Amino acid sequence: MPGTIHGIIGENGAGKSTLMSILYGFYKADAGEIFIDGQKTLIPDSQAAISAGIGMVFQHFKLVENFTVLENIVLGAESGEFLAPSLRKARAELAELAAEYELNVDPDAVIEEIGVGMQQRVEILKALYRKANILILDEPTGVLTPAEAGQLFRILGRLREEGKTIILITHKLREIMEITDTVSVMRRGEMTATVKTSETSPEHLAELMVGRKVLLRVDKTPAQPKHQVLEVSRLNVVDEAGVLRLKDISLNVRAGEILGIAGVAGNGQSELLEVLGGYQSATGSIRVNGSEIDLTGSSSDGQSRRARGIAHVPEDRQREGLIMDFTAWENAIFGYHRDPDHQLNRFLMNNAAIREETAAKMARFDVRPPNPNLTAKNFSGGNQQKIVLAREIERNPDLLLVGQPTRGVDIGAIEFIHKQIVALRDRGKAILLISVELDEILSLSDRVAVMFDGQIMGERDPSKTNEKELGLLMAGVISEARK
Amino acid sequence: MDVMPKWADVVLVPLFSLLLAAFLSALLILAIGESPSEALSLMVQGTLLRSAGWGYMLYYTTNFIFTGLAVSVAFHASLFNIGGEGQAMMGGLGVSLVCLFIPWPHWSLAIVGASVGAAVFGMIWAGLPAYLQAKRGSHIVITTIMFNFIAAGILNFFLVGALKPKGSMDPATANFPASTHLPTFEDMAQLLGFEKMFRSAPANVSFFIALLACVAVWYLIWRSPLGYEIRALGKSGPAARYAGVGSVKIIMITMMISGALCGLMAINTTQGESERLILNFTEGAGFIGIAVALMGRSHPLGVLLAALLFGFLYQGGAELALWTKIPRELIIVIQALVILFTGALTMMVRAPLERLFLMAWRG
Repeated sequence: MPGTIHGIIGENGAGKSTLMSILYGFYKADAGEIFIDGQKTLIPDSQAAISAGIGMVFQHFKLVENFTVLENIVLGAESGEFLAPSLRKARAELAELAAEYELNVDPDAVIEEIGVGMQQRVEILKALYRKANILILDEPTGVLTPAEAGQLFRILGRLREEGKTIILITHKLREIMEITDTVSVMRRGEMTATVKTSETSPEHLAELMVGRKVLLRVDKTPAQPKHQVLEVSRLNVVDEAGVLRLKDISLNVRAGEILGIAGVAGNGQSELLEVLGGYQSATGSIRVNGSEIDLTGSSSDGQSRRARGIAHVPEDRQREGLIMDFTAWENAIFGYHRDPDHQLNRFLMNNAAIREETAAKMARFDVRPPNPNLTAKNFSGGNQQKIVLAREIERNPDLLLVGQPTRGVDIGAIEFIHKQIVALRDRGKAILLISVELDEILSLSDRVAVMFDGQIMGERDPSKTNEKELGLLMAGVISEARK
Repeated sequence: MDVMPKWADVVLVPLFSLLLAAFLSALLILAIGESPSEALSLMVQGTLLRSAGWGYMLYYTTNFIFTGLAVSVAFHASLFNIGGEGQAMMGGLGVSLVCLFIPWPHWSLAIVGASVGAAVFGMIWAGLPAYLQAKRGSHIVITTIMFNFIAAGILNFFLVGALKPKGSMDPATANFPASTHLPTFEDMAQLLGFEKMFRSAPANVSFFIALLACVAVWYLIWRSPLGYEIRALGKSGPAARYAGVGSVKIIMITMMISGALCGLMAINTTQGESERLILNFTEGAGFIGIAVALMGRSHPLGVLLAALLFGFLYQGGAELALWTKIPRELIIVIQALVILFTGALTMMVRAPLERLFLMAWRG
């Protein structure tokens, strides 16, 4: 509806971005029709979307870094063969737009020299310059500071007053409640509900978002935690762009328990795993079995961490956990390839022994086909994950870091992987589990911590909490401090 | 998914690339107004059917094995070492200093010393761009190629200055002492009682060092933990980071091994053949190493075979230039075509082959 802000909310992978990509002509829908102002519209490509009055502001900006604001706005919408008249025309129009919507940007500033908030305004101006009536914003506040987000919302409010239609995609309930008029909830590719924002509550939306799926409960006995294995205190990570990714994280894991970390992807979980795994520098302190771990120095790398008894099943097995062009047996020692057990002498590896050992491991972990000479890319997702898991678990580590253990893994393998993780716990090992699957966190963990925006929002006992409460923590709506 | 069996990928793809290159070359020879079949038979007669022809061919092959192995080792870490020329030139400088300024009692000791000198100089020359890549992010393709020019300049500087004997008009060092001269194939044949074999051909004992280098590189890449790390980094940077394989260290070590191999080429050309350091002694072998490595699929055995092929083309090309109107540069054209087909257009050759195999499987 003109002059409204419509929110679309859902977990990662629920299909929000796919839906918007269809609206913007990046993907083609297999079936169904799009109506704009009551008229059926075909959108085969983004040019068609633009001429239909749709403007898109992507999560990752599509700007030419070393062009000026003006040049970026004109790019692709030049009015003639020569650039100068286009730029003159754009400069005049830009001034009008800026006045109309309170979107003040210096047209001659170079993109790489202005802040993200400004860059986002340029993206919005780009859409308006192309006469957009429908503005789609994909996770617009993901890269913004709270103050910048506030400014953005003021701009959006102004656009609404001027009769523009705005679609806001987000997974933050707070934003939905703050600015939208109506909201649609998506889950697993389906639009599960569309409600008026004024008639709903964050709790209700969280319930709609997470769904009431039956839990895949894992058979496990109550944990018998023993001594502290992992103690993390006041961990901070600043990424290359200077953004604070982890803010004073403190947590601990005991031997014989699983600490699950829930949270929407991108809230610092990956950075936490990388720091613990030894390939992201941080400040703060990490102690394993009571002794301090080097966080920045020369012994802060994966191999040193493994030597300290930390095994790591990374979140992305195809990018990090495995080398897709290596054979299963080569992958089966990845990270442990310098171990004396794998060497004949200082200069040669004992390839025959590694092959034999891998074949045995593959049998124990039911990897199919159990052929150690097959390249990793020829295994299915579940079997690839089993190769990684076998490598890390069979080392009998004191602490196992697991990221997204069952992402892209078929149901049968999920059960097997869960059992292996619980079995390791029952052998008295400490496990830190990170997953975006709430079900998985709830069924595996003995304690659940929720991360949001680089912070631990709170810790819960999985038997005494529910998805609703966790969902709110995940969306940053309530925090320990406010309770 | 692997559509083709491994043997087809390893054997058929280079073979078809070569045939395509040969076909285009044949058209070129026709265009020049000569007969391709006669050209081929001249090439075969001039190389394979005469022992001296073999002597020349294996001399070139030795160079190409060293530079081909050097490029292959770097390829395994996803590094493109275009600096073979410069590294070989510096290797020549190393060989000369060792041969001229250390009194060697016997060639067998001299070749060890010269190898060390060649390898160390080549290593340093590859180590500098490697450092710039690993630490500063300067692209290795750009830096190694620039280092070729710097090396040529340095060589020039020494050959018209400090290393040139007084009164000589020739930009070259003095002749190396006789005790450093390497036995050629002719000498070795005589020792075995074959007179008139490999007459005045330049191939020498360094060919066997090249063969040893093939074996050493095979062990390094496929059997050693270092080779494992080199391949791991080459296949996936993020995975190497996860596993704790330090990219700075691996880039440095890989490039230094690569540079050392290029440098070693100089024991063949400088100590073995010219017996003094001359300008431009590398004759583009550093660049041919790229073609050899591409064709040999970065495997030592493949490199050996490709180096033999290019040795044949080089010697055969010289024969063509001698007896026909076909210029020696035609070999460079053939070489370019091979690089084009095995490197840049490999999918053009592979895709139809893959379709063929798919059809055969489906019946």
